Amino acid sequence: MTYIAKPKFHHPGLQKNELGFTHRDYEGKISTLCAGCGHDSITASIIEACFELSIEPHRVAKISGIGCSSKTPDYFLGNSHGFNSVHGRMPSVLTGANLANRDLIYLGVSGDGDSASIGFGQFAHSIRRAVNMTYIVENNGVYGLTKGQFSATADRGSKSKKGVMNTDNAIDLVAMALQLGASFVARSFSGDKTQLVPLIAAAIRHKGAAFIDVISPCVAFNNHAGSTKSFDYVREHNDAVNRLDVITGRDPITVDYAPGTVQVVEQHDGTHLALRKLDADYDPHDRLGAMTFLQKHAAKGQIVTGLLYVDPESEDLHTHLDTVDTPLNVLDEKALCPGSAVLDKINASLR
Amino acid sequence: MPEQKPIRSVNDFVVRFANVNGSGSASANELFARAILRHGVPVSPRNIFPSNIQGLPTWYEVRVTEAGHLGARGGVDLMVAMNPQTWDKDIASIEPGGYLFYDSTKPMPASKFRADITVIGVPLTAITNSTYTDPRQRQLFKNIIYLGALCALLEMDPKLIEQLIGEQYKGKEKLLSSNVHALHLGRDWALQNLKCPIGIRVKKADKVGDRIFIEGNSAAALGAVYGGATVCAWYPITPSSSLADAFAGHCRKLRHDGETGKAKYAIVQGEDELASIGIVIGASWNGARAFTATSGPGISLMTEFIGLSYFAEVPAVIMNVQRAGPSTGMPTRTQQCDIIACAYASHGDTKHVLLFPEDPAEAFEFAAAAFDLAERLQTVIFLMLDLDIGMNHRLCRPLKWDDARQYDRGKIMTAEMLEEGRDFGRYLDVDGDGIPYRTYPGTHPTKGSFFTRGTSRDRYARYSEEGSVYADNMQRLVRKFETAQDLVPRPLQANAAKPTKFDRLRIRAFPFHSSVASFIADHDFVYVVEQNRDGQLRSLIVNENGIDPVRLVPILHYDGTPITARFIANAIGDHQDHLKVTPLRKAVS
Repeated sequence: MTYIAKPKFHHPGLQKNELGFTHRDYEGKISTLCAGCGHDSITASIIEACFELSIEPHRVAKISGIGCSSKTPDYFLGNSHGFNSVHGRMPSVLTGANLANRDLIYLGVSGDGDSASIGFGQFAHSIRRAVNMTYIVENNGVYGLTKGQFSATADRGSKSKKGVMNTDNAIDLVAMALQLGASFVARSFSGDKTQLVPLIAAAIRHKGAAFIDVISPCVAFNNHAGSTKSFDYVREHNDAVNRLDVITGRDPITVDYAPGTVQVVEQHDGTHLALRKLDADYDPHDRLGAMTFLQKHAAKGQIVTGLLYVDPESEDLHTHLDTVDTPLNVLDEKALCPGSAVLDKINASLR
Repeated sequence: MPEQKPIRSVNDFVVRFANVNGSGSASANELFARAILRHGVPVSPRNIFPSNIQGLPTWYEVRVTEAGHLGARGGVDLMVAMNPQTWDKDIASIEPGGYLFYDSTKPMPASKFRADITVIGVPLTAITNSTYTDPRQRQLFKNIIYLGALCALLEMDPKLIEQLIGEQYKGKEKLLSSNVHALHLGRDWALQNLKCPIGIRVKKADKVGDRIFIEGNSAAALGAVYGGATVCAWYPITPSSSLADAFAGHCRKLRHDGETGKAKYAIVQGEDELASIGIVIGASWNGARAFTATSGPGISLMTEFIGLSYFAEVPAVIMNVQRAGPSTGMPTRTQQCDIIACAYASHGDTKHVLLFPEDPAEAFEFAAAAFDLAERLQTVIFLMLDLDIGMNHRLCRPLKWDDARQYDRGKIMTAEMLEEGRDFGRYLDVDGDGIPYRTYPGTHPTKGSFFTRGTSRDRYARYSEEGSVYADNMQRLVRKFETAQDLVPRPLQANAAKPTKFDRLRIRAFPFHSSVASFIADHDFVYVVEQNRDGQLRSLIVNENGIDPVRLVPILHYDGTPITARFIANAIGDHQDHLKVTPLRKAVS
């Protein structure tokens, strides 16, 4: 960790995206997490994904709960508003924010304690409500800020740093998200930026509840032998079913892979997702198949990663509530207040 | 026993209906209350109901009050005893000289009655059974038949009831005519077989004027519509559910875009109260006007978020329709028992703004005002309703709205202001009133963003655990609360016309205006009347104004029934009696 202020000095030759922003424009404050923390790699991936998508940095609202992962929104998108809310309650705060202004991009950042324990209910209900968001869980299986207690995603039989065996069953948030109706579900690994960046980009461009579980080893408390969330363990057991390229609407689709190995999915906003199949049997449009595949591989100790499910025809909460296209937060008296003449009629009906 | 004279009264008496929940009596009873209003005579009705859908006892009380009293009086002059389960208790509650109306189809032993009341038997079951064959019809029309009999006994104008039935069943001719038929069935039987009218009766007057008849919850919900609320997140809980339902109902009529038909509002039924307040805070943070409706148990669950709203300075409106606590308490009984819990909700040092409406008209006004206050003060505002006001119809002045009124969106720093180079510190007190500026998310590409957090931070929203920085912020929050004192509704004082009577001060908000302390200073005895066990309002006054507790005499009513005028008069009378010290010399001689 560091307490040194970030220099504002930029190299003049920094690469710029379509809107003329450099990577620096998507960065935040210097991280105060431990050196080597998986979460910082996810932060870097979020910055990269936003840069590549040429998002206006201030048009993102980044919302988190409490914990190491929930601190990270301070470390990316420094020109965006952030809300480090209440432990386990990011989903409800994000839902409210999204209802108020449907035009912003909502990035929810949470951890395994935040989403699988104290906030398990809010995680579930925000997903079943189809809130238009990118929900990232930085999953390390451990409570870092309180020094190493098991979280609800810790695998049964895994060992803590102090040598204690976890006897509780693990909650698999990806399996839950699939069951709860998320229209975009992915799992990745903080150490695999080439897989993670396009997944985040695709999730941001997805309309509806997009959930990404990112295994993110805790270097301080969960990176030892006996842990199933350590760098070594995840690298050895990672079973990626596909690799993704995100092609925004403006680009021509040029896919130069062998026929049959690439599947192109068109999302709501015209974004194309080109999926290189690594597992010939895996179909990311099949929710039931994805659930079975996941469970079978989990039983063998394998961590399935990639884009596990996507529904290109997805809807979101605003569609369900049939709200006006104008964000609710800009409606004024004229649009909202029925006025005195209507009130007189109401009075008359109450006599 | 001396013969008790039957009570005689015109337009000033209490009728109580004792029914079984789910028997369809509620609509007939409400029709009775409305019919009296149509005579130009004010009523104050109350529904006393169980936490149950079918089978348990329920009562409906109508205070007929030409003088227009809002509160309950106490005592019953006419008991319509339709529930065998509660017979004994119901008979016992009738005033000496009062009247008992009952279904005389089955003979009852004399021991089941009282000698000092007038007993009026109508064979309701026999009349219904000989007229209707369908069991549901028998049940429902029995209620209308007793209404018909009461119409004759109290000398009410049947045309006015017919008119109301006509409005209720407009377009449903069959239902309309069968209801009118049942009404006359009961009325005719009474006219032919009973001495009509009895000693208490309704006489046409002109005392209702342009007043309206509405429930507090519905009025508060309408206040939210007029006040510009666009996001409502709530979790069902008695007695607040009808507030959220009413908001949805009002919005369906008033808040759809004329061209597209789309909704200019979003209502989410949360998975619990935590999610509901979380959604409200998220929406308010993002610049929408948002609220939740709940009751005591919900307040307990929301407490952590309430602290966040206070400390991170995010607006929120909570409409708390209070019921008897603690714990599940008595969910369908009224109390004002969340005053302390709401005033100081959350761990750590907090104080919150509370608004206390007295009737639906104020519920409407304060609900609309709550959104202005929440955005002006950037904090949570509680609208403190209770079951008695929220779930009962009250006669109140018509709702008013000034079309020139603009919403007070508070201190918002816009993109233009940021462009001009205005210094933006999210927690910077630029005006000395403790209220900083805020920006909405997405305002400006490079200026004005900040990180909202529940942790301590400096004036520029940068994380800080520095003691002086923390204290500086906490002191500013105190300044902000002092500012609130001049923004909230002021107490209303009514001075007594005669020296033997009492001056009254009705507190309408917390923080307390300085006139509360001066009123207390100006009087020898001050009685604080409230509906909870511990004198919560009194404690708050003592605590916040540093007043000697001896100066404030608590008048406390907390059995879950609405406080009555008689209770208050007796309690004050008792206290005054204690103060009468007999001079020693007189006692000896």
